[in-house]
Amino acid sequence: MKPAPFHYHAPTSTGEAVELLAEFGDRGRVLAGGQSLFQLMNFRVVKPENLIDINPVTELDYIRSDNGTLAIGARTRQSTLERSREAAEWATLMVEAVKNVAHPSVRNRGTVGGSVAYADPASELPAVVLAMDGELVLTRGQGQRTLAAADFFRGPYTNACSADELLTEVRLPPWPSGTGHAFLEFQRKHGSYALMGTAVLVHLDGDSIDRVAISLCGVDETPVRAHKAEELLTGNASSEEVFEEAAEAAAPELKPLPDPKGSPEYRRKLAKVYIRRALELAVRRAKGER
Amino acid sequence: MSHRRRISVVVNGSRHESEVEARKYLAEFLREDLGLVGTHIGCEHGVCGACTVLMDGASVRSCLVLAVQANEAEILTVEGLARDGQMHPLQEAFWEKQGLQCGYCTPGMLVRAYELLREDPDPTAEEVREGMSNNLCRCTGYQYIVEAVLDGAERMRNA
Repeated sequence: MKPAPFHYHAPTSTGEAVELLAEFGDRGRVLAGGQSLFQLMNFRVVKPENLIDINPVTELDYIRSDNGTLAIGARTRQSTLERSREAAEWATLMVEAVKNVAHPSVRNRGTVGGSVAYADPASELPAVVLAMDGELVLTRGQGQRTLAAADFFRGPYTNACSADELLTEVRLPPWPSGTGHAFLEFQRKHGSYALMGTAVLVHLDGDSIDRVAISLCGVDETPVRAHKAEELLTGNASSEEVFEEAAEAAAPELKPLPDPKGSPEYRRKLAKVYIRRALELAVRRAKGER
Repeated sequence: MSHRRRISVVVNGSRHESEVEARKYLAEFLREDLGLVGTHIGCEHGVCGACTVLMDGASVRSCLVLAVQANEAEILTVEGLARDGQMHPLQEAFWEKQGLQCGYCTPGMLVRAYELLREDPDPTAEEVREGMSNNLCRCTGYQYIVEAVLDGAERMRNA
């Protein structure tokens, strides 16, 4: 047994879960799929005194669309998202991205809410939530609040939840039909952690780009939007030159953390290439080409 | 403050009632409490897949699931593949195609292959590679493992 001893709690409803969170505060930790938390506990990087297991909270296992806004319960398994028809219709980008999260056995257990709340700066799903201007529903004993993705990710592995709040739902507003999407990332080996990745949505009016969102993971302390590149593209005719220009404009803004797998310079260079490729793919899809 | 709980788990068709410490992983419970040492423990942090078992029909890393979380679940381990002393067609295929060298990763490989072929009984070699990238083989015998899974798929289709 590798983790330090802990008290195990298995609430079966959101209400019970947030009661426990209120009771334990900083001495409690939410356990979702456990695919990241157990790693940290096995190395004793994290030693929670109370583990609040939300796996039995099955009321948070759902994917539904509400006027096109896709609502994903926090306890929904990543493998459920991967196979969801609703998600394929309303958030194809999310489905494309989740296939890059580790391996099938990990996605069978890992949850959408867990991945978002964990806020790993290199992680795929937070980048998609940010690209889609998603919202996060945080629940506590006294009620709920909804935060924009841009306000939720606060730093590496740090989110805006207070100790008594539980992330209960991820909401992804719809993009118009005909939107092209692309999620691309660079991994040493399929299923490994990405050195960097990018999520792109593009909507065309004729041949010109009337709406675009680009976000990146693995290039800063949180997932980030490439605002400069988005501004540069909006209103422009889509062409290889303008994609190149946008990618060029995005790269210097990025502040990758140095780590042994790739220097900041290398990651910036990757970002440039991947933004361009993702734009090309998203535009091809927006035009209905394969 | 070691916290213990009673659990009831169905493993390979037999129900087991047991009291376990909360921090004990499913892999450790299977090996130490039930003596089912076919499930191997490799990296103990979810990377290698040696400890892969099916939990309610879906493959999981049993080093990243607590035994208490398997309460009321159905588990299938490598020991549950053979029937009446007859190897499962996948096991026969791994044997004949030399889909193992040291054998350490094999239980996880077999369980993952079993899930993969349940979802797609007739995968291409490329799909097998992609699907089996879930698990690591430190002998790097992937070529034969892929051939064994393809051969096993054929045996299962013809069974």
